[in-house]
Amino acid sequence: MTFKELEARLKELESLPSMKGNSSIPKALEEAGFSRRDFMKWAGAMTAFLALPASFTPMVARAAELTDRVPVIWLHMAECTGCSESLLRSDTPTIDSLIFDYISLEYHETVMAASGWQAEENLESAIEKYKGNYFLMVEGGIPVGETENYLTIGAHAKTGRQIATEACNNAKAILAIGTCSSFGGIQAAHPNPSNAKPLHKITNKEVINVPGCPPSEKNIVGNVLQFLLFGKPALDVYNRPKWAYGLRIHDLCERRGHFDAGEFVEHFGDEGAKNGYCLYKVGCKGPYTFNNCSRERFNQHTSWPIQAGHGCIGCSEPNFWDTMQPFEKPLASHQFNSVFGGLGSDAMADKIGIGVLCLTGVAIAAHAAIATMKKGNEE
Amino acid sequence: MSQKIIVDPITRIEGHLRVEVVVDENNVVKEAYSGSTLWRGIEVIVKGRDPRDAGFLTQRICGVCTFSHYKAGIVAVENALGITPPLNALLTRTLMNSALFLHDHIVHFYQLHALDWVDIVSALSADVKKASDLAFTFTPNPYATGADKLLEVQKRVKTFVDKGNLGPFANAYYGHPTYRLSPEENLIALSHYLECLRVQRIIAQCMAIFGAKNPHPQSLTVGGVTCIMDLLSPARMGEYLEKFKEVADFVNRAYYPDLIMAGKKYATEASVVNDVGVPNLFTFKEFQLGANEWLFESGIIKNGDLSKVYEVEEDKITEEATHSWYKNDAPLHPYDGETEPNYTGLVDGESIDHHGKVVKTKNFNTAGKYSWIKAPRYDGEAMQVGPLANIAVNYVKGNKYVVPVVDEFLKVTGLPITAVLSTLGRTATRCIEAKVIADNALTAFNNLVENLKTDQSTCAPYVIDPNKEYKGRYMGHVPRGTLSHWCRIKNGVIENWQAVVPSTWNASPKDSKGKGGSYEECLIGLKIADVKQPLEIIRKIHSYDPCIACAVHVMDTKGNNLSEYKVSVNV
Ligand code: SF4
Ligand code: SF4
Repeated sequence: MTFKELEARLKELESLPSMKGNSSIPKALEEAGFSRRDFMKWAGAMTAFLALPASFTPMVARAAELTDRVPVIWLHMAECTGCSESLLRSDTPTIDSLIFDYISLEYHETVMAASGWQAEENLESAIEKYKGNYFLMVEGGIPVGETENYLTIGAHAKTGRQIATEACNNAKAILAIGTCSSFGGIQAAHPNPSNAKPLHKITNKEVINVPGCPPSEKNIVGNVLQFLLFGKPALDVYNRPKWAYGLRIHDLCERRGHFDAGEFVEHFGDEGAKNGYCLYKVGCKGPYTFNNCSRERFNQHTSWPIQAGHGCIGCSEPNFWDTMQPFEKPLASHQFNSVFGGLGSDAMADKIGIGVLCLTGVAIAAHAAIATMKKGNEE
Repeated sequence: MSQKIIVDPITRIEGHLRVEVVVDENNVVKEAYSGSTLWRGIEVIVKGRDPRDAGFLTQRICGVCTFSHYKAGIVAVENALGITPPLNALLTRTLMNSALFLHDHIVHFYQLHALDWVDIVSALSADVKKASDLAFTFTPNPYATGADKLLEVQKRVKTFVDKGNLGPFANAYYGHPTYRLSPEENLIALSHYLECLRVQRIIAQCMAIFGAKNPHPQSLTVGGVTCIMDLLSPARMGEYLEKFKEVADFVNRAYYPDLIMAGKKYATEASVVNDVGVPNLFTFKEFQLGANEWLFESGIIKNGDLSKVYEVEEDKITEEATHSWYKNDAPLHPYDGETEPNYTGLVDGESIDHHGKVVKTKNFNTAGKYSWIKAPRYDGEAMQVGPLANIAVNYVKGNKYVVPVVDEFLKVTGLPITAVLSTLGRTATRCIEAKVIADNALTAFNNLVENLKTDQSTCAPYVIDPNKEYKGRYMGHVPRGTLSHWCRIKNGVIENWQAVVPSTWNASPKDSKGKGGSYEECLIGLKIADVKQPLEIIRKIHSYDPCIACAVHVMDTKGNNLSEYKVSVNV
């Protein structure tokens, strides 16, 4: 996207009425003790986080200032609320959380004050009032078919599918937050007893998937900014924004040197574990998983699974509960369902992991193989 | 003439919960029904898988108590295999658990429960100076209640209210006649509400230091923990210590004083006192502090009799499904649980809506099945679990960590010990539990540091013999009460899994004898001031900190074909 197009997009946003009356994000920041300089510093960091060139910093700052034009409806379907909890971890007193203060969160069951009839009324009036203009964020899988009524909400017992479809129909943009709404998640794992489906299976409208179980707070906030900047961001074959899901965990892993040197943890708690060796042999799925955890970590950079000595379990990949198990063994040696239906990536993984070490060429070949397979699998 | 009130969705909880009550012409609740309206079936999904993966799957039962089911899933397998993790691993789990409890309790009190006690709109008319002075009457060192701070809070909220778009705070029960705090008290609580948003991130980091992330940490493994590098790093350990102390300080200087403030005012509000719900209390030991020491002990109190504690007999636990959407109704022990979904749906009915009009609705079929939650019973009796049960049992047992805190709280508020058995008591004991943890959990930290000097083991070895059958369980206390997971392993894979969770005990529907769980029982007799704004119902239900996704599960899938799972496909 060119600067000009971006300019036009931000202008368009600017022309929308602010939902925060006479106050603005810059003013709120000032009240919360942020100088313009702090704010631009944050915008610079965010620009890097969004994998944009530094020249975009002023644009990111402007997009952040325009979050007060965006009404948001957040729905809970069949889920564990982990994604909402993740959002709650968005850091304050830095600017991320202020952005969520500034978005007008019209409906969110975990935080909203109203219950029962009053809650339903909030949802209905938000859909009506902001028809065609609100962001829809959905957490959780959605039971459909004969088991559709395994999830009902409200005094009229509308099903989750009905509510989600209706909210989708009138939304300006739709984000599936978490692996459950992106790909079905845990409840859709075999044998999927409630017949839970991802959001994109119940609506014809385009859904941007922000998977992860749960996604990091940064990926949730970042995708809102991304959307403000670009509208629809560049997506991969699974409709994941490329800026966040473009690289494998393995590509930037802090233990990668040990992988290349053939130094592995053989058992949790052994000498290799104390020395931070590669976790491939105890089941790490980093080579098959596309996400930015190795770069961004969690909880304000506190840690991430591989730092804490456990392998990646592949939580941002479609059907990972079935394809990546068992989580503590390399894919090739497991005795259960195999990844990508056993299309050959198992064998490939074993080659990169244990067989032909140090041959970056093979690792790249595996990467390419996975990417092609994904294209092939796309529906 | 009796009328029905339906509250669905109950918001500010985890999961999908509906409550229906029948009130008489004086708006007094005559009958109450609580039920969950979502089923996910995680126990079905766990079956046939590698036992080492169970913890990861069960963790996704709930993203709020995001460590509880993880630990339970791992410990049940360890118990089945007959292994005990090294002390370092056990104490690390205690440190992660302490972070979870503190996170859960403060977020519950401020973000999920406070709006039931605190009227935000009223805080706008507070006298800032008076409020600042008042804070000193609840603690010698108040937290974030200086006049300048309170002025800023007031300004921030005023801008918000003035613009006329309340966002998530819209359409709440402001001005409700059962709110008891003065504008100044409301303002103090509001300041802490905002502070809590910041503090909860710090305690989440405490979990992430050893657990990789929060929610859904990823460093437990059957046999121990994987975070050996963090344990051996003085910088990492120091980080935990500093952050933990910062949050413990918030508990002592904000949460606890706010509780005293609310305790005094609400002690005379009829809708929150003298409503014990189910009077049988059940808790289980948790928080290993050293090789043989626990912070909280197990026990059972029967019929609200605070003079005697009974030992827990695990064989006496059963679950039944007379009023739950599952097939076999008979009470069975969790190791032998049998459940298959049998959704019979809702029926046509009516309810009063938020305008006071009677409208057509879909209602529970209260004569038949009406919830995805089963009815667990102990020796045939319903039980109440949670901080209330935990603190009451430990108080009666004379627990040295619990007794002084409870005595002090009763002295300051002038409440009798029996006041614990109420909605107010449920909210108060949660804070007391948080304080006991904040003040004592670092004993585990110190013992861990001491032990690491001579022993650096973090994982116990084990083998899973495919020719052997195993069974094992986890029992313990989590933020919402007593949790147990029960598993059987056969052919090297999970044959059966069952979780009997806190919210199942408390939110249980009626059993075959017509006896309900604690949510239902505590609502009976409640007088509702305004049927259009049933705040009293929400307040009572919130006092349990409902976690409904975790209450909804299936234990056995007799009839489900899981054989494809057991095929070994070696590519
Ligand atoms: S994606 Fe994960 S965290 Fe989010 S709702 Fe699903 S199970 Fe919970
Ligand atoms: S296999 Fe896992 S631990 Fe090893 S380098 Fe790759 S991502 Fe890191």
